[in-house]
Amino acid sequence: MGTSSTSAAGSSRTPFVLIAGRTAAQGCGISEGKSGERYTAETTCLQMAPEDLARLGLRPGDRVRLASPTGEAETVVAAARPGELPPGVLFIAYGEVSSRLMGADTHGSGMPDSKGLDVVLEKLS
Amino acid sequence: MSSGGDGPRPLGQRKVADVACTFCGCVCDDIELTVEGDRIVEARNACVLGKAWFLGHGAEHRPACLIEGRPAPVEEGIEQAARILVEARYPLVYGLSDTTCEAQRRAVAIADWIGGTVDTTTSVCHGPSGMAFQSVGEVTATLGEIRHRADLVIYWGGNPAESHPRHFTRYTLMPAGLFVPRGRKDRYCVVVDVRRTKSAAAADLFIRVAPRRDFEALWTLRALVKGVTLDAGRVEADTGVPLDVWEQLAQRMKQARFGVLFFGMGLTMTRGKHLNSEALLALARDLNQWTRFVAKPVRGHGNVTGADNVVAWTTGYPFGVNFSRGFPRFNPGEYTAADILARGEADAALIVSADPMANFSQPARQHLARIPYIALDPKETPTTRQARVAFAPAVYGIHTGGTVYRMDDVPIPLRPALESPNPSDEAILSGIEQRVRELLFG
Repeated sequence: MGTSSTSAAGSSRTPFVLIAGRTAAQGCGISEGKSGERYTAETTCLQMAPEDLARLGLRPGDRVRLASPTGEAETVVAAARPGELPPGVLFIAYGEVSSRLMGADTHGSGMPDSKGLDVVLEKLS
Repeated sequence: MSSGGDGPRPLGQRKVADVACTFCGCVCDDIELTVEGDRIVEARNACVLGKAWFLGHGAEHRPACLIEGRPAPVEEGIEQAARILVEARYPLVYGLSDTTCEAQRRAVAIADWIGGTVDTTTSVCHGPSGMAFQSVGEVTATLGEIRHRADLVIYWGGNPAESHPRHFTRYTLMPAGLFVPRGRKDRYCVVVDVRRTKSAAAADLFIRVAPRRDFEALWTLRALVKGVTLDAGRVEADTGVPLDVWEQLAQRMKQARFGVLFFGMGLTMTRGKHLNSEALLALARDLNQWTRFVAKPVRGHGNVTGADNVVAWTTGYPFGVNFSRGFPRFNPGEYTAADILARGEADAALIVSADPMANFSQPARQHLARIPYIALDPKETPTTRQARVAFAPAVYGIHTGGTVYRMDDVPIPLRPALESPNPSDEAILSGIEQRVRELLFG
């Protein structure tokens, strides 16, 4: 678990490891249409361990900014099921937010780093 | 197409049995659809993803062809598409995992005629596993064999409870098998993941590996299976899991009568990529010194396995194939779509049933937006919205027949339930291929 730092604007920036993945709601949303409510809601909702929410003074529905070495995106937070995520690890369903944070370099494999990304989380007021 | 079912049903309804669902790589072929007019109103036996797939189809409500956003005759779209591809110097053909093998074959032929690159969504799915197969091979089995024999089922870096909801119930954990007659009671299930996913609830043992430490964990198991003594402190620091947990798992693996390692994109998309898959495949291979053990990637899209097979039997390589010298060359990182687009190399593209405008990195998406491209997709997506030519083909498996490959490389015929006014992927691609040949050779 990383230590928080403070940005130039004075807000707290905390390092995390981000995992993107499939969820049932995201999968159903693909069939219903990517501009639909279910797909959009699922792919823009960041899941955090309840301990991390408490540590950072966040409540479900709060907006945060995530930044990776190659991109950034804004999203809302939700509490993961207790025990699902260890502190310091975030999860989001595949979609626009995860793609914005993904790097382009595939290291000669064809596959960009898409899971286990180093990101910094900043609470938005 | 067969109709059947029992009991009275509303006037105008009909049932279609033994339909194959093409949403995911399970390709469950026991679906019974209830059809009213041109709508599917029920999908019996389907999982939550399958129900959304069947009930959410709607290609017939979109124009079959749009050129620069305006409805146009399909023939005009084919003409424009062929000209874009023939006039390009470094065209890319990409996608292919949600269409039939017959259509995939036509797409590969187009790439061949125009001297382009053909790549499939495998490269951003289990492409690294494809590289690993070439390094260490694959000790494999069909899902049918696993269903009847496996008494130890391990999922590593995957969450089938959400991505392949019937994997447990149809193939691996729940069904009674010839050598596991009591079904779930005769099997032991282990889930290894960074997250305690919904799949972990179905397991007898959940092991939480530290993020980006799958490679170390798999090599720990390889060492233990081989009888190598390891330092407990070092193992726990490297994997996030105490050594005795790995020792007990290694012992259980050696004592199984038939073990299987299913692995997901938790291995291929994270640090290590093909080296993670290689470690897992090598572990399965090693275990055959003691017992029967196999490994299978859990594949996502309905016919992504077919794409691997078709591209392999037409070119000799499974994905990332370039024809610019007149013969096929394979090099992940060089001829894979995510790289070609992010480096700004392609000057035109043909995108078949894929959505790189939603799934690729920002540099790749920005470049794709700058070049002329053709998109085939029954659904409106970020990719179809920006396409120079966008086709809305009939939906494979719902409107059109053909062949798809289940994730274990078993080919399954499709049984369409509905008719569509829109042409199939295969028909559109055949038209483009024919026009490309006319433009090239007269």
